[in-house]
Amino acid sequence: MSLWIQVAYIVAALLFASGLKLLSSPATARRGNLLSALGMLLAVAATLFTQGLSFQWIAVGVLAGAIIGATAARVVAMTAMPEMVALFNGSGGLASLLVGWAEFVRGQQDMQASLAVPILLAVLIGGVTFTGSVMAWAKLQDMTIGRFKLGPALVYPGQQVINSIILLGIIACAVLLLMAPPAGGNFLLIIIGISLLLGFLTVIPIGGADMPVVISLLNSYSGLAACAAGFVIENNILIVAGSLVGASGIILTKIMCKAMNRSLGNVLFSGFGSAASKKGKAAEGEAKPISAEDTYYILEAASSVAVVPGYGLAVAQAQHVVKELGDLLEANGAEVRYAIHPVAGRMPGHMNVLLAEADVPYDSLIEMDDINPIMETIDVCLVIGANDVVNPAAREDETSPIYGMPIIDVDKAKTVIVSKRSMATGFAGVQNPLFFKDNTRMFFGDAKASWQEVVSEFKSG
Amino acid sequence: MEAAIPAVIFLAFILMLSIFLGFELISKVPSTLHTPLMSGSNAISGITLVGALLTSGSGEDQLSIILGTLAVAFATINVVGGYMVTNRMLAMFKKKDQVKK
Repeated sequence: MSLWIQVAYIVAALLFASGLKLLSSPATARRGNLLSALGMLLAVAATLFTQGLSFQWIAVGVLAGAIIGATAARVVAMTAMPEMVALFNGSGGLASLLVGWAEFVRGQQDMQASLAVPILLAVLIGGVTFTGSVMAWAKLQDMTIGRFKLGPALVYPGQQVINSIILLGIIACAVLLLMAPPAGGNFLLIIIGISLLLGFLTVIPIGGADMPVVISLLNSYSGLAACAAGFVIENNILIVAGSLVGASGIILTKIMCKAMNRSLGNVLFSGFGSAASKKGKAAEGEAKPISAEDTYYILEAASSVAVVPGYGLAVAQAQHVVKELGDLLEANGAEVRYAIHPVAGRMPGHMNVLLAEADVPYDSLIEMDDINPIMETIDVCLVIGANDVVNPAAREDETSPIYGMPIIDVDKAKTVIVSKRSMATGFAGVQNPLFFKDNTRMFFGDAKASWQEVVSEFKSG
Repeated sequence: MEAAIPAVIFLAFILMLSIFLGFELISKVPSTLHTPLMSGSNAISGITLVGALLTSGSGEDQLSIILGTLAVAFATINVVGGYMVTNRMLAMFKKKDQVKK
C-alpha cells in the first residue's frame, strides 16, 4: 500500500481524536463533528487511491448507502432519535460482518489462523451488533408481533443456559473452522447464523427502560467490530477509529449504569421491569388531582420553577409547548430551570436534544447533582412524563427494586405538579409514593394537550 | 538481523493506545451532549467503510463482490446518516444569547 495513503490515515486519525475532544463542550461540538466527518472523508478518499481497485461496484454501494443514510437523517423526528441511532449502529455492525465474510471467501484457499481469528471476531461482534440493534429498535418502537409485546423485558426459563449453549456452539464451530480452514466455509455460515441469533436473544430480556444502556453498549460493539475488521485487512485507521468508538461506548455504558445504581450484569441479565421482578411496598394514600386552571394559579404565583422532563414528554411531543410555558413564566418574573436526570428518556441526553429542538438554551439545563441541593428553594416543580427518575422510594424504601438509584428530589420542592396520563407505573414497574405526598398534585392528561391549556390560561389571564 | 516482527504486534500497539485515548477523550463529555456524542461516535464506527471499499473493489469472484458491495452500502448508511443527524442535532444547541426571542 502506498505511503501517501498511510500519511492520510494518520491525519484522519488525528481528526477523529480532535473531533471527539471538541464534542466535550456544546460551544465547540458542531465543529468537532465536522472535523470528524472530514477525517472520514479523507480516509475514504485516500483508500480509493489503492492500486487495482475497480470502482463500479463501489460506486453502486456508496450511492445507495448515501441516499438511504441522508434521507433517514433528514426526516427523522428528534423524538425518534434513539431508534435512529440504533438502526445506524446496526448497519455499521452488519457492514463489519460482511467485510469479514467477504475476506473469508477471498482468502479461503490458504487461510491462516492469524487471518481466521479476526475474521471470526468481526463476524461474531458485527452479527450481534446488527440483530441486537434491530431488536433494540423494535423494543423502542414498542412493536408487537401478533399479541406478543416486544417492549417489556421478556424473560423465559433457562434463558442463560440457552445463551451459554449458543456461545459454546460458536466456540466449537470456530475451533472446527480453524482446524480445517480451506473447507471451513460451512462452519463460517453456521457462525454467522448463530451470531445473528445471539444478538436477538441477548437483547430480548432487557426492558425498554434500559435501552439507553443497551444502545451505548451496542455502539461500543460496533466500534470493536470495525476494529476486528481492521485486523482482518491489516488496516490501522480501522483499528484507531474502531477502538476510539469502542472505548467511548464502554465509558457511556458505565455512566448510564451508575446513574441507575446498577451493575452492567444486572442490566443485561436480570430482566428488570418484567412481571416477575415487581416488589417493594405498595404506596398508599389518595392522589390529589388538579385542573389546568388551578395549575395556572399556582404557577402564576411562583417565583422559581423547575421542569423535570421524562420520556412521556417525548411521546407527547410536548417540548415546544413546555418551552412556550417556560417563556411565559419568565415573562411573569419567575426563574425557570430544566432539571435533567442522566437516564431520562430512552437514550442518554435525549431530553437535552428535545429541549434544544424547542430552542431552550443549553445553559438553562441543569444536571441532577446541581439541582438537588437547591430543590428546597424551588416553589413549583413540574414533572412532565417522568416517573422512576423522581421516585422517592429510591431514597426511602429499602425493599424497592430501584432503591439506591440517584433521583431528582422533586418531592423536596414546595409544590410538585405531576403531569401524567394515568396513575400507571413507570418502566421499572414500581409504585411511586411521590403521587400521594401532601405537596403533590396530579395533573392528568396528555402532556401536550394539558400544558397547552395552561398556556392559554396564561395568555387570557 | 532479527526475525521480522509480525504486523499484528504493531496493530495491537495501535489498538491499546487508541483505547486508552478513547477513554480519556470521552470521560469529560457533559451529559447534555451524550446523545450527539453517541451518534457522532457511531458515525466514526462506520470507518469499516474503508475495509468495505477495499473488499468490494478488489474482489475477484462474484460472492465476495456482492458481499463487499453490500458492506459498502451499509457502512455508507452508517457514515452519512450518522454525521448528518449529529450535525442536525448539534445545530439546535444554543446558548441563551443565541436564542432569538
